[in-house]
Amino acid sequence: MKRHLISAADLSRADALLILDTAEELASLADRPIKKLPTLRGRTVVNLFFEDSTRTRISFEAAAKRLSADVINFSAKGSSVAKGESLKDTALTLEAMGSDAVVIRHSASGAAHRLAGWVQGSVVNAGDGTHEHPTQALLDAFTIRRRLRGSSTRGAGLDGIRVTIVGDVLHSRVARSNVLLLSTLGAEVTLAAPPTLLPLAVENWPCAVSYDLDRELPKSDVVMMLRVQQERMNAAYFPSVREYSRRYGLDAARMARLPDHAIVMHPGPMNRGVEIAADVADSVRSTIVEQVANGVTTRMAVLYLLLGGTEFPAVAQ
Amino acid sequence: MSARWLVKGVAIAGPGGRDEIADILLSDGVVAATGAGLSDAGAQVIDAQGLVALPGLVDLHTHLREPGREDAETVETGTRAAALGGYTAVHAMANTDPVADTAGVVEQVWRLGQAAGHCDVQPVGAVTVGLAGSRLAELGTMADSAARVRVFSDDGKCVADPLLMRRALEYVKAFDGVIAQHAQDPRLTEGAQLNEGEMSGRLGLAGWPAVAEEAIIARDCLLAAHVGSALHVCHVSTAGSAEIIRWAKSKGWPVTAEVTPHHLLLTDELAEGYDPVFKVNPPLRTAADVAELRRALADGTIDCVATDHAPHPVEAKETEWSEAAFGMTGLETALRVVQLAMVDTGLLDWPGVADRMSVRPARIGRLAGHGAPLAVGGPANLTLYDPAASAEAAGPGASKSRNTPFAGMALPGRVVATFLRGTPTVLDGKLV
Repeated sequence: MKRHLISAADLSRADALLILDTAEELASLADRPIKKLPTLRGRTVVNLFFEDSTRTRISFEAAAKRLSADVINFSAKGSSVAKGESLKDTALTLEAMGSDAVVIRHSASGAAHRLAGWVQGSVVNAGDGTHEHPTQALLDAFTIRRRLRGSSTRGAGLDGIRVTIVGDVLHSRVARSNVLLLSTLGAEVTLAAPPTLLPLAVENWPCAVSYDLDRELPKSDVVMMLRVQQERMNAAYFPSVREYSRRYGLDAARMARLPDHAIVMHPGPMNRGVEIAADVADSVRSTIVEQVANGVTTRMAVLYLLLGGTEFPAVAQ
Repeated sequence: MSARWLVKGVAIAGPGGRDEIADILLSDGVVAATGAGLSDAGAQVIDAQGLVALPGLVDLHTHLREPGREDAETVETGTRAAALGGYTAVHAMANTDPVADTAGVVEQVWRLGQAAGHCDVQPVGAVTVGLAGSRLAELGTMADSAARVRVFSDDGKCVADPLLMRRALEYVKAFDGVIAQHAQDPRLTEGAQLNEGEMSGRLGLAGWPAVAEEAIIARDCLLAAHVGSALHVCHVSTAGSAEIIRWAKSKGWPVTAEVTPHHLLLTDELAEGYDPVFKVNPPLRTAADVAELRRALADGTIDCVATDHAPHPVEAKETEWSEAAFGMTGLETALRVVQLAMVDTGLLDWPGVADRMSVRPARIGRLAGHGAPLAVGGPANLTLYDPAASAEAAGPGASKSRNTPFAGMALPGRVVATFLRGTPTVLDGKLV
């Protein structure tokens, strides 16, 4: 395993499978009455969050705590960062306090890259601007594999599974990481979006591209809806939220075009009634709540592997 | 009165000619004699075998940062860097603080240059008050000042308003001025961070599309033709821009253009690691753009190389990419980069380099006493350069800032000496 997890492109197929298989191992332990493992006892994980993201932060916090790591939450708001401290000085401060891993969430693309150049410990990218969010892609891959392949699937990839990612790809770190990771794992990824919300050279990405969601749905095993930011409308990416919803929103009628086994995913937080209708979000196809639960196990696997904790199966006995 | 210098056995890069091996005698600030076997008992002799003599280099685009950002550069440190790079004159851009939009500021910069003495400093005046793009600055007053301003630019910002651009172009005709445009459509580049293309999409950085430059250049070429005024295009960075300028020149329109050393060598793929030392405006483009820019410089479509030397303090670059300042230093490496990109590739010979780095920029800048051929009676502004030296990568130089994208790169060549009106500013690669 590498020292940092910054981009899904850093992961080979073997790396990715090791993380998913480790997460399966950890998931089986989660059924025990005492969920906590001592493998990272005495290690310190810092959650360095420059952007508000309660769900991602508590997911990482829960993951680290279940491995018995000490967790420090560093929120940039109201801190020295708000007083103009640079990312580098913040990094050096954390370093001096002896952190073993830094989980960073930042509004600037590349912030995790920069941080990795300034600290000795491991860096986990928990979302950097419009670049990547690799643990989201890992938890999505984990969720897809469990739902479509069952839970005793260690060593299995996502070969031949057709995943359609819908919406604001241009500004989505979730989409970037998922395209990279899912294609590494053998899935066939299609991006469905209005042309304004696709990056310029997207044809060179390891995926297909479509402007027509309805045409993609019947051949999708997985539909992943991306959150649409209302403010994109003001920059003329689309004329109105209503029109966006009509053309690219997933409602019950569209859901009915999916194959019976197909699942619907969303990284959250959802705009119900915009990119996803409430009855779709709450349907049996929806994996949205599972994704949250799987996020903790997947992040446990990442921290465990990056920090090289003691063998957990032995400890668990 | 300066001492006499005899440069022995140097290859003189004459305009349009072959490299001719000869001696050059400098006396009283002028070239006193050229030819084989010159001797002068009273002169100090430089053995220049293997060296190339170029007319002193002229930079049309330098940010000296003074007044206002003396933490990044001063006229003193910036002109030291210029001399070490082989320059005898630089044009100091107007985006200082306060902006060089009045006679007072341009005269201050001009006087600081005179006092420093490492090379001539020709201030550029702002086109609009405070670079704000809404009201013309007092262009005529700056032209009439002691600084004798002829080049006007809002560089760093585009004169985006087409009417204002038209008026500026027309107005400066009265005193033979030229408007140097930073071509960047502001709406198409809101928040832009990196060339829009494969890399920007992958890295999740807001794209700076080529069309935002090309659309402004096309518009301005049409305006220059319409009013018959001189347009100079700053830091051309795309293949499409070169094509538009080639078309405008084919019509006989009064358009000139520059390209930076970094756009002749580096591409947007360097942004991979998010190191903001590669963040510059206009951004680094693709390998295809680099190839076209080289071709356009070779065939004269692009008139000259200008450094866009843009020093920044460490903290402006040791940050997230999107937070970091745009710009890179370039004075001390320009000639070496041009050798690597243009001469060693066979695209340009040394007379061609003399033309693109001295003769034409001096002509565009209306700079008397610079860019003249190394001929008897001409000003003794010259640069002695050793193309065979394979000096290591550029170390810390004279510039106050260290934001060079060429650190760690093995560049060929070495500036051995620079003479300003017969007086050495650099000897044996060191400041005098």
